[in-house]
Amino acid sequence: MTKKLRSLALGSALLLALGCQAASISLKDDRGTTVTLPESPKRIVSLLPSLTETVCELGDCARLVGTDRFSNYPATARALPKLGGLDDTSIEALVALKPDVVLVGLSSRLMDRLEGLGIKVVALEPKNLADVQRVLGKLALLLGKPDEAVRIWNRIDGAITQTAAQLPAAARGLRVYYEVDSAPYAAGSSSFIGEILTRLHGRNIVPPELGPFPKLNPEFVVRADPQIIMVGQRSAPSLPQRPGWSGISAVKAQKVCVWVPAESDILVRPGPRMPEAAALMARCLTQAAAGPVALPTAVFNAPPGGMR
Amino acid sequence: MTGRLLLLLIGSAALLALGLAIGSTGWSPLQDSDPVMRQILWDIRAPRSIGAWLAGALLALAGAVAQGLFRNPLADPYLLGCSAGASLGVAALLFMMGFSPTATALALRVGMTGAAFVGAIGAVLLTLLLARGVEQSLRLLLAGVVVGVVLGSGSALLTLMNPDILRAMQAFMLGSTGFVGWSAVSIMVTALLACLLVALGCSRSLDALSLGESTAQSLGVRLAMVRVLLIACLALATAAAVAQCGLIAFVGLVAPHLVRSWGPVTHRGLLLLSPLTGGMLLLAADIGARWLIAPQELPVGIITALLGGSYLLWLMHRRPLGLGSRR
Repeated sequence: MTKKLRSLALGSALLLALGCQAASISLKDDRGTTVTLPESPKRIVSLLPSLTETVCELGDCARLVGTDRFSNYPATARALPKLGGLDDTSIEALVALKPDVVLVGLSSRLMDRLEGLGIKVVALEPKNLADVQRVLGKLALLLGKPDEAVRIWNRIDGAITQTAAQLPAAARGLRVYYEVDSAPYAAGSSSFIGEILTRLHGRNIVPPELGPFPKLNPEFVVRADPQIIMVGQRSAPSLPQRPGWSGISAVKAQKVCVWVPAESDILVRPGPRMPEAAALMARCLTQAAAGPVALPTAVFNAPPGGMR
Repeated sequence: MTGRLLLLLIGSAALLALGLAIGSTGWSPLQDSDPVMRQILWDIRAPRSIGAWLAGALLALAGAVAQGLFRNPLADPYLLGCSAGASLGVAALLFMMGFSPTATALALRVGMTGAAFVGAIGAVLLTLLLARGVEQSLRLLLAGVVVGVVLGSGSALLTLMNPDILRAMQAFMLGSTGFVGWSAVSIMVTALLACLLVALGCSRSLDALSLGESTAQSLGVRLAMVRVLLIACLALATAAAVAQCGLIAFVGLVAPHLVRSWGPVTHRGLLLLSPLTGGMLLLAADIGARWLIAPQELPVGIITALLGGSYLLWLMHRRPLGLGSRR
């Protein structure tokens, strides 16, 4: 009797342990650190807009309890407590939210501090399309729904392919210069912006060997003579005034696509809204193939607080 | 001195020719044949090379004036708060863009060069105000340090509040000659000529001043007026260069030292030779910046710091007593 009872107890303890094992989640983040959580996190803090958007895309916006200042999409994320910017995150406010896990970008300085306080940190940094797929997979694993990742990635990938397929023939194979900042920094072929552009049959004037976001000699752009320029509304006014730039085909033929801040938000985030980014670029390519591109009618208005 | 002047002029001309021959693909000498090449040559490379030389000359002149006026070998063009003022001006402008439609319109009208210029001049005026005039060198220096720190933290705060402007601010802080056009060149030529005339006019007083303030006064130097003139010249030269090319490091500090290291020289010679040296130094750095990793660009400030710093170090160890001593 006692023996039976003991074996029963042992068995159930084993079962319990096994059950726990099944619920605990372990994943390797982009630092190469293996992070183990006892169960799928219920309270999540995200400190990178693209990660916020990915968590919400996976249907778990409700698990977010706080974000960085720049996570402004979707609407539910906007209402959450804002914990600061990239380098001025308020650790106190973050700890007070009692998160089960904090999602950060690789360049965040917070990681050691947070882990010292006993908070689990997962560092993920999407930089190109393959990264987006990988990060999506990791987050899905973290949220306990690994199959969702495949479904969502197929949707993203399929939508970009479809947008590319619908482009008119005249809009394909055009030389494009995508300016990220006015120094001038370009989005090269190896950046996620460049990868989307390539899938839309655009010919990026910045070859992949220059890296994702190189600072170019302005002369290089004049010499490459792009047929289309894509640029944010912030740097657009100065563009034709730069020495020698008035002679560039895209400037002469008025084929400069100017992104308003809301569009820039979509374009600069490697996350689930990439199909929208592809649609925006496709719109630009189609318009430019047909004739001069109209400038945005709205005056530039981007209150501080975004990454545009 | 005439020999050195000639040598520096020839060197500048040679570098200018080299500057015209180096572009986004590295070595690509003059081909005037097709219209795009012609435009690249005359609308981009020529003003850029001349502009780099001019900015270097302005900073070196400002450095020579500052070192003479404050009788301090560590004085540089930025010591009255010019650099912090200029970066605050630029940060405020970038911050204003997009803040509201009115602010954006205003910001677009002022422009980045305008904001940097106003900021630089404003900072010097603020320093003068805090030092209650120009009478005391030490008070001026300390006020300059305070203004530099306070305005610097102001621009850091604006940048932190709006990370959109981070990259543009960084480009400004490291200095860049990429977008210098003919209009910028004409502004800098005017500023250089005006400042050079004023500075040369005061060169005798600077010589007297190097013997000490009381000696200078007893020699009949009208100290207050000379100070006002030279500080105006220092501010104008620095602001003109910084507004067009950003905060370029080290040229203003090192150029006068290079001139002194070649042999004894009066302030008249120093004020003439330093701009030529500074111009050559910055132009050489600019050529390096566009050549080394073409078609990408290094920030020119990094190269000036490397070039100038290593040369200064070499001089220092070669002639341990030569540097820092007055002539």
